Amino acid sequence: MTRCRLALLMAIVLFTPVLSKPLAAQENPYFVAYDHNLEEPGNLEIEYFSTFGTQHSGNNFHSYWTELEYGVNAWWTTEFYLDAQTTFHDRTAYSGFKWENRFRVLKHEHWINPVLYVEYADLNGTDKTLKEAVGHDVQSDFQVSNAESRREHKRELELKLILSSNTKGWNFSENIIAEKNLSNAPWEFGYALGASRPLSLKGSAKRCSFCRQNFIVGAEMYGGLGDRYSFGLRDTSHYLAPVAGWNLPSGWTLRLSPGFGLNDNSHGFLLRWGISREINGFDRIVRRLFGAKS
Amino acid sequence: MKPAMLALVICALLLVVSELSANNAFTGFSLNGMQFHFGSDLYAELRKAPEKAATRPNPLENDADAVAAGKLLFEDHCAECHGDDARGGRKGPNLRVSEVQNAKPGTLFWVLTNGVVRKKMPAWSKLPEPQRWQLVRFLKSAEAAQRAAAEPGNKR
Repeated sequence: MTRCRLALLMAIVLFTPVLSKPLAAQENPYFVAYDHNLEEPGNLEIEYFSTFGTQHSGNNFHSYWTELEYGVNAWWTTEFYLDAQTTFHDRTAYSGFKWENRFRVLKHEHWINPVLYVEYADLNGTDKTLKEAVGHDVQSDFQVSNAESRREHKRELELKLILSSNTKGWNFSENIIAEKNLSNAPWEFGYALGASRPLSLKGSAKRCSFCRQNFIVGAEMYGGLGDRYSFGLRDTSHYLAPVAGWNLPSGWTLRLSPGFGLNDNSHGFLLRWGISREINGFDRIVRRLFGAKS
Repeated sequence: MKPAMLALVICALLLVVSELSANNAFTGFSLNGMQFHFGSDLYAELRKAPEKAATRPNPLENDADAVAAGKLLFEDHCAECHGDDARGGRKGPNLRVSEVQNAKPGTLFWVLTNGVVRKKMPAWSKLPEPQRWQLVRFLKSAEAAQRAAAEPGNKR
C-alpha cells in the first residue's frame, strides 16, 4: 500500500506541472547567483537546466541537472539536485546529487537581506554543471575523460552568504561562497553577483504571455577566489553572463543565458537554458494523498 | 555520524520547531460562508507597521486598472492560502475582516513587503512595488464594494 502511494506521489510530481491550475510564477532569471526570495511555503518547483560549454582544447560538453525546490516555510527552502553530463566524443555520465538548504535570517525586509545557504554534495569527478566557480576551478579541469574522472568521488560541503536587495524594481544579489571537499582538502572560495529587473513594474489587468512584466532581464558575474592557502584571483576563472527569464501565465518559466569567460582559465562560451514549473499547494496535495481531510 | 545523516537530523528538528511555532498562529477558517477566527497573531502584525510606512499613500489610488491587475496578482500569489475570495483558507486568515479592511493602504503594503515569516507568510518584496500597491488596491476594493452595497437605496 505504501509503495503504491509512493508511486502515486512520483506520478503527481511528474504530472502535476501539466495538470495543475496555471498560475504565473515570479522567478528571477539567475542560473548561478541566489537572491533572498525563498520558495513560498508548501510550493514545489520542478526545474530542469542545461549548460553547453566550449573547451579551448578538449571536447565541448552539455551538462544538465534537475532540481526539486520546496518551500518548507517562509524562512526555509530546501532543494534536491540530480546532475549529469554528456561530453562530445566521449560518453554520458551521472555525476551525483546535491542537497541544499537556504535560511532567511531576519524577520523583516532590510536594505540588504542576508540568507544562509548550506549544501551537501555527493558527486564524482564528471560534474560539469558549473553552478558556481570556486577556488582554482579552471577550464582545463574538464579535459579529463569521463571514464577517468568517474573514479574520483567527492563529498563536499558548500556554504554561502547570500546578500540581496530589492529596490525600485531591481534585484541586486551578492553571494560569498566557501566550499570544502570533506576529504581533507582546503576551503575554497568564490563569488557570484547578479542584477535583474522586470521590463515593466506594473502588473497587467489582463492575463497575457507577452506583457512586459513577464520578462525579467539582467546579468550575473561569478568566479573563483582561490583557497585557504592561496586566496586571490591568481589561477582562477571568471564569467560574465546576461540572463533573461520569461514567466508565462501558464505557470512555466523559461530562462536563457549566454555566458562568456573573462580570462584564459575560463571556458570561452557557456550557453545555459532552463525550464521550470511551480506547483502551488503541493503540501496540500500530498496530505490528501496520505489521508488528511484538508 | 555521516554528514548527510547529521544534516537530515538537523533538518527534521528544524521542521518540527517551525511547524509548532507556525501552528500557534493558526487564525481561523471559514465554513459555508460563516467565519471563525480566534484572535490572530497575523492581524496583530498590522499594528506593528511603523508610522512612516503606515502613512504612505497608495500611488496607484486613482489608477483605473489597479484593482483588476491586483485581482490577477492575488489569484497567482495569495489565493492558495487566503482562498479565492480572500475570506480565508487552510493556511491564511480572512482578509475581508475589519482589521484588514480598515487598515491604511501603507500598513497593508508594509505587511505584504515584509511578510510574517515566522508564521509562514512569505515576504512579497520580490514583486515590484507597483504590483504590491495593486494588490493593496484589490484588497481594499472589497471594502468599497461592501459600503456601496450597504448604502440605502442601493440594490445588489
